[in-house]
Amino acid sequence: MKRHLLAIGLLAMASAAGAQNVLIKNATVHTASARGSLNNTDVLVQGGIIRAIGSNLANPGNVPVFDARGLPLTPGLFGGITEIGLEEISQEETTRDANLDLKTGESGLIETLRPEFDATLAYNPRSTLLAVARVGGISYTALGTSGALLAGQGGVMRLDGGDEPLRRTPYIIIGNNSLGQSGASRAAQFMLLEQAFKEARAPVPGDERLLTSAGRRVLGQEMLTDRFVVYVNREADIRQVLKLARRNGIRVALVGAAEAWRVADILAADKVPVFIDSLDDLPSNFDQLGATESNAALLQRAGVSVSFFNGNDASHNARKVRQIAGNAVANGLPWQAGLAGITSAPAKALGVDGRIGSIEVGKTADLVLWTGDPLDVSSTAAGMWLAGKATPLVSRQTQLRDRYLAPDNGLPKAYRQ
Amino acid sequence: MSRLPLYLALAACLAATPLQAKKDKTPPQPAKPAPYPSTYQAIASVPVLLRNATVLTGTGERLDNADVLMQDGKIAAVGKNLDAPANTRLVDATGKWVTPGIIDVHSHLGVYASPGIEATSDGNEATNPVTADVWAEHSVWPQDAGFAKALAGGVTTLQILPGSANLVGGRSVILKNVAAETTQAMKFPGAPYGIKMACGENPKRVYGEKGGPSTRMGNVAGYRQAFMDAQGYRKQWDDYNAGGRKGEAPEQNLKNDTLAGVMRGDITVNIHCYRADEMAQMIDLSKEFGFQISTFHHGVEAYKIADQLANENICGALWADWWGFKLEAYDGIEENIALVDRAKGGCAIVHSDSSEGIQRLNQEAAKVIAASKRVNIDFTPEHAIRWITSNPAKALRIDDRTGSLTPGKMADVVLWNGTPFSTYAKAEQVYIDGALLYDRSNKALQPKVDFLIGQEAQP
Repeated sequence: MKRHLLAIGLLAMASAAGAQNVLIKNATVHTASARGSLNNTDVLVQGGIIRAIGSNLANPGNVPVFDARGLPLTPGLFGGITEIGLEEISQEETTRDANLDLKTGESGLIETLRPEFDATLAYNPRSTLLAVARVGGISYTALGTSGALLAGQGGVMRLDGGDEPLRRTPYIIIGNNSLGQSGASRAAQFMLLEQAFKEARAPVPGDERLLTSAGRRVLGQEMLTDRFVVYVNREADIRQVLKLARRNGIRVALVGAAEAWRVADILAADKVPVFIDSLDDLPSNFDQLGATESNAALLQRAGVSVSFFNGNDASHNARKVRQIAGNAVANGLPWQAGLAGITSAPAKALGVDGRIGSIEVGKTADLVLWTGDPLDVSSTAAGMWLAGKATPLVSRQTQLRDRYLAPDNGLPKAYRQ
Repeated sequence: MSRLPLYLALAACLAATPLQAKKDKTPPQPAKPAPYPSTYQAIASVPVLLRNATVLTGTGERLDNADVLMQDGKIAAVGKNLDAPANTRLVDATGKWVTPGIIDVHSHLGVYASPGIEATSDGNEATNPVTADVWAEHSVWPQDAGFAKALAGGVTTLQILPGSANLVGGRSVILKNVAAETTQAMKFPGAPYGIKMACGENPKRVYGEKGGPSTRMGNVAGYRQAFMDAQGYRKQWDDYNAGGRKGEAPEQNLKNDTLAGVMRGDITVNIHCYRADEMAQMIDLSKEFGFQISTFHHGVEAYKIADQLANENICGALWADWWGFKLEAYDGIEENIALVDRAKGGCAIVHSDSSEGIQRLNQEAAKVIAASKRVNIDFTPEHAIRWITSNPAKALRIDDRTGSLTPGKMADVVLWNGTPFSTYAKAEQVYIDGALLYDRSNKALQPKVDFLIGQEAQP
């Protein structure tokens, strides 16, 4: 029965395809904002922007109507920190562009400190990973780069086929993931970062330079304007990152942050947001002996802004962020905070909350309709609008599926569309 | 990023000491007890009656408001308003669900243990493309913290496999998920051995610059030659045994022992294989050497040949949503398990290959149910539970002992807080052979490995 209704709904959406206007009626609207969740609520979208949210909204005229029949409507989801658009096949180097690898000899210093490396330049919006993520209800990601200590810049990407980041984001990688390229000691990592920040602030003699002139310029600028996204897990390293940030006057967000719960009060006081994978609950290396499925709940309780990412298979299975957020809820995080962790919280942490991440008047109308609780794996996305435009939930995967589900017509499957 | 097991660049030690002393004048007798035997002992238990639950039996049935009685380590009865012996511990399961213990046919716990460092990388003997002589149980580290996490997810039985670097990776071991100081004490008593073989990209990547194989045709040549080499060996031993084991015994060889065991049907065959065309080649290999393939593991393209797999009586042990990490995994779809299942006689299994996934196989199965609804394929909970209980038991050939709540079977049972097919599902109690070995509400019944003792970072 429900499925029948959905089919009708999707048909209605299809007829409105191309338009940036839609009036979604009778949804359970999870706003991911201070307004929380609203039953039997309408959302009016014009010109790709959310113009009104309320009961029984009047149609300003000729806006196509979509009846949600009570189903949940959320902001488009955040897919985590991914290489979607930078990586097609993980094992095939020729299809990967996320990390700088200059093969510059043993020290590796030159590629360890290249803040000017801009991974967004390699972004391919035609990658099959985008549509797969959209089918999972994901409308934006933080494009990451993680190959080195000062790894360069990624950016926040809406998955609408465009190639301009909403804004760029600089990355720092602390701990065992980049030890090999940064002096084989965590102490060396902090030493190099401190020197690089100093160099970006004021010129140093030529023989003491670590950065290129472009690197100095970019890093200097980022220190003033951007939030550094720092991969770090161990409590001791988190403490050093926070000290480094204070000394150098930079803002940071933590990613991984497996032991962040141990310093939750400091993170709350310093207003440091974290991106965590709540399924990462094993002591899978010596940087995270304190990993626990309660990390999200403990951090949130202390007042830390919690966002989610998939730390295991970030790009191809970005859609797993829903399960990651849901499991945090299953382990004590309030449901609204779970939803915020894959919608509004990451938008705020990444500095794009003025445009996306919540259902609020004035925001871009990136919206997803669900068959049920969006944080439960038993639900799937039933419809999606990007900037108010109905976006089919079709990917290479659904097309392959349909090819092999189609009844035999006497010809090989290669003849099926 | 990449999720493949770590392939350690092991020092080439191909010319290691021969594993068999050739001048041994007292040749081993196949009739003597199997070496490295299980020392598993069920933990003592009182009778337990789980009352008034929604019961998924694992055999395709769902019983509402039903009871499950465990006694002497076995399932004693399943039904309504059961009577229980006087000393029975009664558990009110109103509103809760009861299922058989979860079984994972594809785990590397213990052989790629946490913490995942060089010292614990014991899953691939990547020194030769055919290592039928190695046994996973000799790598298993029982102090892997992953076992306890899997238990909290309801896993009571698991098959530990060697990795997929090699054409023939070695023997698997089936474990009961009980905390123990030795692997023998976890070893599922009487379970058959398995063998792990691997298709495709992994062997050719690992050996491409180490003497081969470097191509898929090289892979197939490698399997064929290994089995051909073992055929003569098998005949020598079969003749010797048939002749009453008189005279000098043939020389024993570990590699050929395992491959002969496969051809005799004593060892179940597990093949890591992604592509449809390669699975078909492996089916032909099995016919050439007269063995039955139990299970294709990973089988990201299994949906393309679902009918053939069903006709050949081969299970597909698959992921709900992994794809794209290698080209051979590029055609993954979220309905793969559904399509394998719905073929007439199809045997679908949700497997993990992951220390994270094994903790939530119920959620992985729930994803399959949800994805299938999009194409009007409906699975009931009583059907879907088979993917993580009775089907894996069948694939491992232990279905006469576990995998369902049939009276007489091992009392491997999970009590869930509600339907298992949800993000919010939690195993509240896990019983193994009738003993309560995990209780979410009682810290004293939550095992903790030695590795985590005294770690101040721990919660």
